[in-house]
Amino acid sequence: MSNRPVELEVKHLCKYYNAGRKRLLKAVDDVSFDIYKGETLGIVGESGCGKTTCGKTCIGMLEKTGGEVKFQGKDVHTLSKKERFDFSGKVQMIFQDPYASLDPHQKVYDIVAEGIRIHKLAKDKAEEEHMVLELLDMVGLNAEHAMRNVHEFSGGQRQRIGIARALAVDPEFLFCDEPISALDVSIQAQIINLLMKLQKEKHLTMLFIAHDLSMVKHISDRIGVMYLGNMVELSGSSDLYRKPLHPYTQALLSAVPIADPKASRERKKIMLTGDVPSPVNPPAGCRFSGRCKYCMSQCFDLKPELKEVEAGHYVACHLYDEK
Amino acid sequence: MENNLVLNEKSFQRMEKKQKDLGVVYHRSIWKDVKKEIKSNPMAVFACIFLAVIIIACLLAPLSPYDPNKLDIANKFLAPSLQHPFGTDEYGRDYFTRALYGGRVSLLVGFSAMFVTICIGTTIGIFSGYIGGKLDMLLMRFTDIFLALPSMLLMVVLNSFLKPGMTTLILVLSLFSWASVARITRAETMSLKERDYVIASKNLGASSVLIAVKHILPNILGPVIVAASLGVASAILTESSLSFLGLGISIPHASWGSMLQGAQSYILDKPMMAVYPGLLILLTVLSFNILGDVLRSALEPKIVK
Repeated sequence: MSNRPVELEVKHLCKYYNAGRKRLLKAVDDVSFDIYKGETLGIVGESGCGKTTCGKTCIGMLEKTGGEVKFQGKDVHTLSKKERFDFSGKVQMIFQDPYASLDPHQKVYDIVAEGIRIHKLAKDKAEEEHMVLELLDMVGLNAEHAMRNVHEFSGGQRQRIGIARALAVDPEFLFCDEPISALDVSIQAQIINLLMKLQKEKHLTMLFIAHDLSMVKHISDRIGVMYLGNMVELSGSSDLYRKPLHPYTQALLSAVPIADPKASRERKKIMLTGDVPSPVNPPAGCRFSGRCKYCMSQCFDLKPELKEVEAGHYVACHLYDEK
Repeated sequence: MENNLVLNEKSFQRMEKKQKDLGVVYHRSIWKDVKKEIKSNPMAVFACIFLAVIIIACLLAPLSPYDPNKLDIANKFLAPSLQHPFGTDEYGRDYFTRALYGGRVSLLVGFSAMFVTICIGTTIGIFSGYIGGKLDMLLMRFTDIFLALPSMLLMVVLNSFLKPGMTTLILVLSLFSWASVARITRAETMSLKERDYVIASKNLGASSVLIAVKHILPNILGPVIVAASLGVASAILTESSLSFLGLGISIPHASWGSMLQGAQSYILDKPMMAVYPGLLILLTVLSFNILGDVLRSALEPKIVK
């Protein structure tokens, strides 16, 4: 995996918000990872752990507080106006809420064509029309949908429109911000399969954020687990599910529902005690220290680094320090 | 730990097909909403009919056989009759014709002032809300100043300095009413610019102007239409007040306000001379206000489903 070219390089990325009274909310705190060309990196974690903030900062939608994000070797946050425009043709985003991400006053055609018009990808009206219809066909909608209003569509169809809009500029990198969490389970699978199909056809690199672990496993090549603004584990997806190393990941995976009630009953569930600490005042040392059952004295003072424990399997935990 | 859920393309295809057949066509447009809302409210139906009658009558005023400004002292203070539905005034002019021409002035001033108000207010509001930061601060303090000024007093002062006439009147009226429109549009713009579809458009590389015109303007149209219909009412009312004070349209041209002023001297002998223009102002302003309220309930509820 690591001999592939790196598409997106994230180094010590920090994003703090001002929480008032001189306190900082550390939404993303010192996160580093690479995304290789053509792969899908999934990021999982519970609500409020900074997944979306991390993703949005990675594609330059939010200003960073510290660290560095490089897309194809260029720093995302210091692009000139011209570079920024080119960047928008390469990096696109799919939103979480398909009801909020489409302009209610536009027709489907105009929504999909917007990117084509902005980037002047079509020579004339006829070519534009051809491109839009092709995009709609690609995401599983047909030509008669093009002239309809957005409110006539269901959530899944809207998400397809959103995908078509993102693909209109022929991007190389797709940031999917929980694209399935607002959808029905059956529709979720459709959208996931569509995304996988498109990735294969267009050789997209994807950053996929979700909290549905089974879906993430299905779509991702590698998965990063986030907890309270930190990346606690990063590994190949089957590796992570087979052998989770970080105690938090173990607890997270043990909570994935299994369709078989017998297996479900036999499985040991790891119950976490306590609540997620506030990101305004996170624990010193390991962020998970207060809730971890393997917690050692050094966990309270020393923040563990993300280290490669096995080939391609990174974990930030003192349990795996060299003994 | 292994999850047993197996997902593949085939298992979901049937569902997909079914859903396509089920696609329910459900139309919703601004006009349909407004029509429905008006029909469900008898007051609104009355307001609409009244406004339509007034506007058409005023437009057709030249069809009247009388010249609104021609003096005919022999026939002064005639009682209402078939020839003169509202009677005649102190110079023998047909009062009905004068009321119609006065209505033309009042409505024209009302609509033009509203139009200018909306143009200035919306532009400043969108600018301020979309760009934000220091410019927003500056523009909003500027708006606050205009909201805080005692507008009637200043309008009186301005009108007595400037050359009286329709254009002056319209400009002065809009100068003191754009501020509230700017406030409304700024607030709407600020909420809209955080919406996902605006962010998506920005992600696609759209310029600020494109976003403002394509995404923000169509989406704030509802509140703007409401503000416009209420704006017409208040412009007509203010115009009448100014004309009543002798600062509006110059003699001999009539407007409803100046007709009221003229009637003032004869209020004890000929009270009907004050009643006609007064009633016209009252009903027109009331109708615009009702229309504004109806539009508000039709356009402002945010649940689009």
